[in-house]
Amino acid sequence: MSTIAPIKVSNRGVPLIDGIDKVTGRARYTADLDHADALIGRIFRSPVSHGEIVRLDVSKARALAGVVAVVTGQDCPHTYGVLPVAMNEYPLARDRVRYRGEPIAAVAALDAETAARAIDLIELEVRELPAYYTAAASLAPDAVPLHANKPGNLEREVHHDFGDVPAGFAAADIVREARFSCAEVNHAQIEPHACLADYDPLSGRLQMQSVSQVGYYLHLMLARCLEMETSRIRVIKPFIGGGFGARVEVLNFEIITALLARAASGKVLMQLTREENFLTHRARPQTDIRLKLGMRRDGRITGCECEVVQRGGAYAGYGIVTILYAGALLQGIYDIPAIKYDGYRVYTNSPPCGAMRGHGSVNSRHAFECLLDRTARELKLDPFTVRRVNLLHAPTRTMNDLMVNSCGLAECLEKVESASRWRERIGTLPSGKGLGMACSHYVSGAAKPIHWTGEPHAVVNVKLDFDGGVTALTGAADIGQGSSTMVAIAVAETLGIALERIRVISGDSALTPKDNGAYSSRITFMVGNAAIDAAKRVKSILAEAAANKLEARPEDIECVGETFRVGAEGQASLPFADVVKAALVDRGPITVSGTFTCPPEAQGGKHRGGAVGSTMGFSYAAQVVEVSVDEATGKVTVDKVWTALDCGHAINPLAVQGQIEGSVWMGMGQALSEETHYINGLPAHASLLEYHVPTIAESPPIEVAIVESNDPFGPFGAKEASEGALAGFPPAVINAVANAIDIDLDELPATPDRIVDALVERRRQRRVAAARKAAS
Amino acid sequence: MQKDHPQPGKRLLRSKVNGRWREDAVAENQLLVDYLREVVRLTGVKIGCDGGECGACTVLLDGEAVPSCITLAIRCDGRAIETIEGLARHGRLDRLQRAFHERLGTQCGFCTPGMIMAAEGLLRRNPRPTEPEIRTALSGNLCRCTGYVKIIESVKAAAEMAP
Repeated sequence: MSTIAPIKVSNRGVPLIDGIDKVTGRARYTADLDHADALIGRIFRSPVSHGEIVRLDVSKARALAGVVAVVTGQDCPHTYGVLPVAMNEYPLARDRVRYRGEPIAAVAALDAETAARAIDLIELEVRELPAYYTAAASLAPDAVPLHANKPGNLEREVHHDFGDVPAGFAAADIVREARFSCAEVNHAQIEPHACLADYDPLSGRLQMQSVSQVGYYLHLMLARCLEMETSRIRVIKPFIGGGFGARVEVLNFEIITALLARAASGKVLMQLTREENFLTHRARPQTDIRLKLGMRRDGRITGCECEVVQRGGAYAGYGIVTILYAGALLQGIYDIPAIKYDGYRVYTNSPPCGAMRGHGSVNSRHAFECLLDRTARELKLDPFTVRRVNLLHAPTRTMNDLMVNSCGLAECLEKVESASRWRERIGTLPSGKGLGMACSHYVSGAAKPIHWTGEPHAVVNVKLDFDGGVTALTGAADIGQGSSTMVAIAVAETLGIALERIRVISGDSALTPKDNGAYSSRITFMVGNAAIDAAKRVKSILAEAAANKLEARPEDIECVGETFRVGAEGQASLPFADVVKAALVDRGPITVSGTFTCPPEAQGGKHRGGAVGSTMGFSYAAQVVEVSVDEATGKVTVDKVWTALDCGHAINPLAVQGQIEGSVWMGMGQALSEETHYINGLPAHASLLEYHVPTIAESPPIEVAIVESNDPFGPFGAKEASEGALAGFPPAVINAVANAIDIDLDELPATPDRIVDALVERRRQRRVAAARKAAS
Repeated sequence: MQKDHPQPGKRLLRSKVNGRWREDAVAENQLLVDYLREVVRLTGVKIGCDGGECGACTVLLDGEAVPSCITLAIRCDGRAIETIEGLARHGRLDRLQRAFHERLGTQCGFCTPGMIMAAEGLLRRNPRPTEPEIRTALSGNLCRCTGYVKIIESVKAAAEMAP
């Protein structure tokens, strides 16, 4: 018996449990669901950036044959949003529109052509108001407030001051200051937004299938906006074609479609065009940063002062959280004695921004890692050296009261330094070629949930029945990152059974326990821990049943290779399915709940906004980027990337690698080619041809090293792996450009025109300097 | 269309979809992607953009990869159309499907059917493509999850397998 091999599923690298559905085309995304009997929904949007609605007449649209329902702002007097304190947005505008493309009315018709014609028949009269497309214009003293309760168009200002910053600067050998500007970028997930709402007037029930990353938020907002009991609503997650934060917030089209379904007493399919996706983006805001660093000759940072202004768009959304993250995550990666942060989130007449991969941290990290390099360069310090002398050592608490329980950044630095042969190559590359590096980090789930209900932060149910299968039920939304596979591995590993015995059912409010959703990289850490907890409870039930059968004590029972026996060398044994049957005797089918909760000491400081940034575990990443810069065209080509990320423990190394590659590459898009452009509020970027997501042709090889610092609280020691590496890419590439052509670029993305402008400006300055010298 | 309005004429489309001949009356302006998704119910063919931007709708037309969202259905008369649903045969994954599954060439999976069909078109005309040839052949297919690293690995691995 002792020859039975133990089953090892964690840390091994397995394909996604739903991968076969994806490669065969069987996977059903929202638009693929059966909608033969559904009406087609369409949205009428504001043609102006800012204005008062004087007259809205939908009577002709309503009268068109084939139109079943029309809804306007009059049909929903309730605001929605993500933060209970900042819900200032109506699903359909009432009285006032604040950005071009804001929904005003919607129709449901028998087919798409009729819906489109009905939209054309809607009459709108607007009294236009001055519109503001930059934070500076919105903040001007005479600007009309977008929201009556926010004079000055300042949504939120944050002032955090930790340590003695003036003393820090006084202790420095040099103090340097720079300004950075990062363009607005979008998620551009490949699946366009869609939802299928089904309202049954006979039972008064609503079923919603949608692309949401957080079905629970959607459930709450549907109940609020439709004035329905939550018990009459069912939210189901089909396959989801990517999220990256785009679908964390409840989106206006989801509520609009539910309103249409109720008004039509039936089923409505809403599919947004790619252009409409850009109007509904909720992504990373355009950001201006002023950063000041003090440094001693040995590279030690003595103080940091950072001012961030975010162009937030027309409504609150996640804005308060974003502006808080931008300051909070200046901490938790280096040991800095004093940090002052001033953040300003500003309302503007553009589509509302929200959460995007690396939420809030990316642009601040970019500025920091760039200025850190420039300051170190003046002191003739190597980029690796300056980071090493400032490393944070775990376990510790930061000045803003964030817990740091594990940190493998030192090892990440070693990995990328040696893999890129940095020491041999830096300074020896030909002109136009450069190496740059940077570090970054991110939270493994926000330790304090947004909706504080007193419940555990994650719950997973595990079910055993006569069939001998193990079913894990989770509300966590797998959006392609492989979270359902992670749950299956956590349960299989804990029980010592084969992955094939596990079935995961996810994201259906009628079946699965509530989950706070796919955001802030919380699922592996929180849901993983809850899954392990549930599996442990199942294990003890099975051990007891096996002990009864084998006439032994439960503590002596071992399950190896799906076989239960007494002790490691036990002779008598029982197969897994027989033990499940034994466990069901008298009690019937079994469902147990496993939970996970972040303790209060992990939930951040007591200062205002102190919860944001708090987490049980930070991931850490370092990367080296090699570039070629063409000085004639200004084109930057990334030749190679070396990345190392400390994810604590790789539950599924294959998925961890995939997440790291994907996040690094998304950082490349922001660094080199992606940005939005508005012309009087009209998006000029609203297609995948104009918004330049990198294609396979210009995407570099990415070498990944996984570092396992074994977090004391993570599931099997794991932390997040999906976001931490993104923020390091833009500064690494800008530092590499500086290395290649000696230009320090202050703007993102580093498009050819910006590079050429910088080169032209340098030539001009050199000419001026030469002329002055000649004159003197 | 529910009201008096000029209706596009319909024509008979006879085509071989995933190995089976079929006949349907289709509007002259119907796009191939809509025909495949709404009429034949092959929803593995995806729509990711407003036309010709992303490649998620890629199918094979007489063995050649085309974006079905900018192809008129009626242009496929008498021709063979292959979609992702036609690749797995006799309960076995096709080599590209196996490679994309095992090597995580798919994450969210939405671009995957189009990506695999574009790669299938490449391998049929060029069974041993170089990496630059793979990059060129797939440059019309956008993926937002993988950074393309494991997609290139998957196509290379599939090329190594017997068809």
